[in-house]
Amino acid sequence: MLYSAVIEYALNLCLYYKGIIFMKVLVPIKRVVDYNVKVRAKSDESGVDLANVKMAINPFCEIAVEEAVRLQEEGKASEVIAVSIGTEASQEQLRTALALGADKAILVQTEVEVEPLGVAKLLKAVVEKENPDLIILGKQAIDDDANQTGQMLAALLNYPQGTFASEIELKDGGIEVTREVDGGLQTVSLSLPAIVTTDLRLNEPRYASLPNIMKAKKKPLDVITTEDLNVDVMPRLNTLKVSPPPERASGVIVETVDELVDKLKNEAKVIT
Amino acid sequence: MSILIIAEHDNTELKSATLNVVSAAQKIGEEIDLLIAGLDCRSVAEEATSLEGISKVLLADKPAYENFLAENVGSLVAQMGKDYSHILAPATTNGKNYLPRAAALLDVSQISDVSSVVSEDTFERPIYAGNCIATVQSKDPIKVLTIRTTGFDACGETGGQASIEEVSINEDLEISKFIKEELAESDRPELTAADVVISGGRGMQNGENFSLLEGIADKLGAAIGASRAAVDSGFVPNDMQVGQTGKIVAPNLYIAVGISGAIQHLAGMKDSKVIVAINKDEEAPIFQVADYGLVADLFEALPELENKI
Ligand SMILES: Cc1cc2nc3c(=O)[nH]c(=O)nc-3n(C[C@H](O)[C@H](O)[C@H](O)COP(=O)(O)OP(=O)(O)OC[C@H]3O[C@@H](n4cnc5c(N)ncnc54)[C@H](O)[C@@H]3O)c2cc1C
Ligand SMILES: Nc1ncnc2c1ncn2[C@@H]1O[C@H](COP(=O)(O)O)[C@@H](O)[C@H]1O
Repeated sequence: MLYSAVIEYALNLCLYYKGIIFMKVLVPIKRVVDYNVKVRAKSDESGVDLANVKMAINPFCEIAVEEAVRLQEEGKASEVIAVSIGTEASQEQLRTALALGADKAILVQTEVEVEPLGVAKLLKAVVEKENPDLIILGKQAIDDDANQTGQMLAALLNYPQGTFASEIELKDGGIEVTREVDGGLQTVSLSLPAIVTTDLRLNEPRYASLPNIMKAKKKPLDVITTEDLNVDVMPRLNTLKVSPPPERASGVIVETVDELVDKLKNEAKVIT
Repeated sequence: MSILIIAEHDNTELKSATLNVVSAAQKIGEEIDLLIAGLDCRSVAEEATSLEGISKVLLADKPAYENFLAENVGSLVAQMGKDYSHILAPATTNGKNYLPRAAALLDVSQISDVSSVVSEDTFERPIYAGNCIATVQSKDPIKVLTIRTTGFDACGETGGQASIEEVSINEDLEISKFIKEELAESDRPELTAADVVISGGRGMQNGENFSLLEGIADKLGAAIGASRAAVDSGFVPNDMQVGQTGKIVAPNLYIAVGISGAIQHLAGMKDSKVIVAINKDEEAPIFQVADYGLVADLFEALPELENKI
C-alpha cells in the first residue's frame, strides 16, 4: 500500500517536472438552501423566506469538490483549496468541503449578498494570490439559478472554460472536457489554467466520514474580507419584489384510460 | 434604445429559440439587430433577414466562430455589444456558455432566464427552481439578458426586410479547441419547441421500456423527455432531461409517466398548459400539478393509451 503510494508519488513528480500534471485546484463553493426545501416568497414580497431553513453546500459545488478530491487521489492534483464568499455561517460549508477532502479553505467574509459578477471579481483576486491550475465551480447555484459565475471568472482571467462538464481528462498538458449541451455531448480541449463547471453526471459525491469530519476541524480555514481583496462588490441589480409563481388550478383524478382520453379530447381539447 | 440579439443556429439553419428572443426584444424596444456568428452561415443570415422586427443582420462568418466556442464568441459579443443598450441571447446551453463571458468583459451583470419584460430595465425571472419569481431592475448601462424561450411567443418569420452587414472581426483566442460533438439524431420535434411532450422517469425501469412512450409520441407528434433519475440511471441521454437544471418546456400537453414530481423536475414543466400524470403511487407530488391524474401501473396504462388515441 505504502510502497505503491511512494511509486505513484515519484511517478507524479516525474510528470510534474515534464510539465504535465500535479495541479493545484481551487473549488469555489456556495452556501445555499438545501435542495429538498421548497422555499416560499415572504408574504410582503420583500424576499425569500429563509427563516430556520436547512442550509447546505450547493449540490453542484459538492460535485466540484468531489472531482477535485478524486484528482488528488489519482495523484493528479497536489492541493485542493475550497473558497466561499458569504457570511460567517459559510464556514460550516467550508468545513464540509474539508471533510470531503479539501486541504485548506478560505472564507471571503461579507454581509453583502454578492452577485455573480462580484463573486467572479473576488474569485479572480483569490486566483491571483493562489495561482491554481484548475478551478472547478458548480454550473449553477440552486438559489439564484444564475449559471454565470464560472463563465464570468473565465472571462476576467482570460482563461478557457469547459462548462456543464460530465467528464474531464488531463491530456497533453491541457484538459479535455465533455460538456452536456442541448443537442447531446460536446468535447473541447482547453489549455491550462482553465475553468470547469460541473454538471450532474460528472460524479457522485461521497459522504463525509466521521473521522474525516473530525480531521477537518484541524485543517486551516483563513478568513479574509472583500476589502482585503480590494474588490468593489456593490450590487448592480435591485430586486424590486419576490412573488410566488402563478398557481395552477387543482386537477382531477381520472379512473380509467378511457376517461383520460375523453377528457383530453373533449374537455382540454389538446388531442384530436 | 438599441438591442443586439445573438442568434442561435447550427451554421445551416436558424434555431426556433431565436424567434422567442426576438419577441422578448420587441417588448423592450424597436431598434433590433441580430448577430449571426459562425462559419459558412450566410444562408442563415439570409433566412434571418425576413424575420419580423429586425433592422440589421450582422454576419460574422469566420473560422473563429465555427463551433461557437465561448471564448471567441464571448469576446466578439462584448466588442459588438458595447454600443447597444441591451444584449439578448436565448437561455440555451449555448447562450448560457458565452453570454456571461461577454457581460463580464463589459463589466455589467447578467440577468439569466428572463421570463417576462416589465420595462426596459426591469425583468422577471424565476429563482429557487421556480418556487419564486423575482422582479429585478438593472442599474447597468448595458442590460445583458438570457431569455427563457417558454416565456415568449415566437416572432413572425416573414415580412421583415433587414439588410446584411458583414462583421470583420475574426479573433481566435487560441485557448480552447473544439474536439467533437455527439448529437442525438431524432425525427421528433425539438423538446423545447414541441406542442406535446411525453416524459418518462425512474418508473420506466430501463431504456428499452421507453419504447412504450415512442408509440404514443408517434401518434401525438410529441417529443420525448425524461427526469434526472432516468438520465442518471442511463435509460436515456442527458439531452432529454427536463427540469431546473435541464430543459425548460411549456407545451400544450405534458404527460409525465413514472415521475414522482420533485421540485427540480416541476421547475422544468409546470408552465405547460395541460399536465397529465401517470403514476402508481397516488401520493406522488406530481399529482399536485396535474390537470388529469391517472393512478395506474404504467406498463398497463401506456399500451392502452396508445391504442385509444
Ligand atoms: C441539484 C439538483 C438538480 C436536479 N435537477 C433535476 C432536473 O433538472 N430534472 C429532474 O427531473 N430532476 C432533477 N433533480 C432530481 C430530483 O430531485 C429527483 O431526484 C428526480 O426528479 C426524480 O426522478 P423520478 O421522478 O423519475 O424518480 P423517482 O422520484 O424515483 O420517482 C419514480 C416514480 O415512478 C413511479 N413508478 C414506479 N413504477 C411505476 C409503475 N410501474 N407505474 C407507474 N408509476 C411507477 C413511482 O411511484 C415514483 O413516483 C435534481 C436534483 C438536484 C439535487
Ligand atoms: N458566494 C459564492 N461563494 C463561492 N462560490 C460561489 C458563490 N456564488 C457562486 N459561486 C460559484 O459559482 C457557481 C455558479 O453559481 P451561479 O453563477 O450563482 O449560478 C457555484 O456553483 C459556485 O461554484
